[in-house]
Amino acid sequence: MISLISLLYFNLIEMTELIYDGTYEGWLTAVFEIYEYKLTDIVFAKKETSGTLLFATSHLVTTDISKAKRVLDGLRKRLSADALSNMYNAFLSEIAHIEQIMFQFVEHVLANSKSIEEDFSHNAVWNIRKAARMTRKESHRMEAFVRFKLTKDQLYYAIIEPDCDVLPLIENHFKKRYADQRWLIYDAKRKYGIYYDLENVCTIELEFNLKMSSSSYLTEICDEHEEFFQNLWRRYFSSVNIESRKNMRLHIQHMPKRYWKHLIEKTPNF
Amino acid sequence: MMNDRVMEKLGILADAAKYDVSCSSALSKRENKNKGLGNAKGYGICHAFTEDGRCVSLLKILLTNHCIFDCAYCVSRKSNDIKRAAFTVQEVVDLTIGFYRRNYIEGLFLSSGIFDNADYTMERLVRIAKKLRLEQNFNGYIHLKAIPGASDELLKEAGLYADRLSVNVEMPTEQSLKLLAPDKNHLDVIKPMEYLKNEIAGYKEEKKQNFKAPLFAPAGQSTQMVIGATQESDLEILGMADYFYQQMNMKRVYYSGYVPISYDNRLPAIGTPVPMIRENRLYQADWLVRYYGFNVNEIVGFNQPNLDLDIDPKLGWALRNLNQFPVDINTADLELIKRIPGIGYLSAQKIVAARKFKKLLPHDLQKMGIAYSRSKYFLAFTTPFQLQKDLTAIQIKNHILNFQKSKYKNDFSNQLALF
Repeated sequence: MISLISLLYFNLIEMTELIYDGTYEGWLTAVFEIYEYKLTDIVFAKKETSGTLLFATSHLVTTDISKAKRVLDGLRKRLSADALSNMYNAFLSEIAHIEQIMFQFVEHVLANSKSIEEDFSHNAVWNIRKAARMTRKESHRMEAFVRFKLTKDQLYYAIIEPDCDVLPLIENHFKKRYADQRWLIYDAKRKYGIYYDLENVCTIELEFNLKMSSSSYLTEICDEHEEFFQNLWRRYFSSVNIESRKNMRLHIQHMPKRYWKHLIEKTPNF
Repeated sequence: MMNDRVMEKLGILADAAKYDVSCSSALSKRENKNKGLGNAKGYGICHAFTEDGRCVSLLKILLTNHCIFDCAYCVSRKSNDIKRAAFTVQEVVDLTIGFYRRNYIEGLFLSSGIFDNADYTMERLVRIAKKLRLEQNFNGYIHLKAIPGASDELLKEAGLYADRLSVNVEMPTEQSLKLLAPDKNHLDVIKPMEYLKNEIAGYKEEKKQNFKAPLFAPAGQSTQMVIGATQESDLEILGMADYFYQQMNMKRVYYSGYVPISYDNRLPAIGTPVPMIRENRLYQADWLVRYYGFNVNEIVGFNQPNLDLDIDPKLGWALRNLNQFPVDINTADLELIKRIPGIGYLSAQKIVAARKFKKLLPHDLQKMGIAYSRSKYFLAFTTPFQLQKDLTAIQIKNHILNFQKSKYKNDFSNQLALF
């Protein structure tokens, strides 16, 4: 069995595995070190997912802000601010091999003296644009689909499970909008949340256990009017529908089923 | 105050408001201030989508569905035997704030049946907006209906608290309005529009001189026409829309396919399908005029007063004007590229940007997400790897219709031959 797997990964064995900590700064540091150590045939891996055994060589990247900054500065000379934030957004998409796709883009950028960011028929440019748009689309969706619930101690909290890591992108939107209420948005997939304490937003890590989403627990921690407001919203949502125009395909296209779990209007009364 | 009666009222008054299709929550300039609640600046957000696929952005309700008017097309008409209800001012405020804080909505869209008289109704709408702004420090989006016949003073006050105001013309022509809404008159609709247009322009000018000047309906005004209840052609409807855009500086004109709700013999019978395809084509035509540089009379005319239902208006225009094609996307102006069927506004911009780097070929377009199967009939490439045969308009249309899987296909099986 083991020999079979090695055969399958024959090509990979020749490669150098770059292990980084999964942060954007970590990835930028890795890019710096590719040039610093003249590494070729590289493959990126996040610390926890690395399968070191398969690779002949591996290179452990220690995140270094000054190296990351030098890469960014180099890119900034050839790219607009929009293109730079596109890269960051693409990183947050967390799609398979995004680090690789982004590195191809960086190589293409650095190989040209003027900006290539609008060279849309080039694969590296198009792929970044595509990944970035995916993240932005979902972060816009999360600005829409977050449903706050009010607790007894007047905290508005919401749970989301997005495909992309959108919390860093939606933080400002919620901070500006809900300036006078304490709120917490928790990403159950990535097990961290952002919390606003009426002054600042900070990132917090916590474990939510299953018990915490059970209905009896919710009634226990929620504000006395919470359930009533949820039911008002459900009533509103069903009342504004026009039956003779029913179009479920469009409905699901706009509100994909994977999000329903956390949408009050798509879950029955508790 | 929040009790089961409010739940019932919400059901009745949301149901009665849903035929007003406006749902925009964009284009306002109102920002969060003094760490209050809400922020209406920038883009709109659709918080949910109902099973009919329409977006839910605002809490769209009537203050009451009691009405002294008897407009045949309206579900709240006086003679209709339905449950009636009315919110109190405080109930609307509490609902709006409660929903907004939970991130259910972008704000409030408040309309009303007319009880007693226009001013009495308008005064209540204004009072709610004022309370939200001044007592709750609410900076979310507010869309108020301007009640036809309300005094200028009340409209002015409404503009100071609302982000958008709208007066619905409802019927595309004066005759239709006379026929179906004998209590209303056309001038009552046009007058407040004109007043608002001037006020909006005036405050905008003032804001330029002095940034501290108050906002006045920063998201402008809009209106709505009911489609398919009466006999108007698309030429009349789009002509009317053009008048609103040109003369009234409307931000939006909405088209609402008539949903049969009455046995009145002046109207399509209950069970008649909602004209959803026609409504869709009107919106497409509206977009062509507002964003694609088309003139209304390029899309509809006296010899062709209605839009094709089986193809979109841009394709229709292209097929009538084959002499303008093929277009070479590697050299043509942006404005011309936007007119190619299958190439949208953003795609046209991508093409103009990307062609600086290399000559674009068909596979480049496909990669960039452009509907090549539709646009190829209208494109010329300097490297003729594939010769495009000279096809007639009918041939192109049939090719395109055979290729696409339209959700409307069943509706047209016997209409294809008519072109």
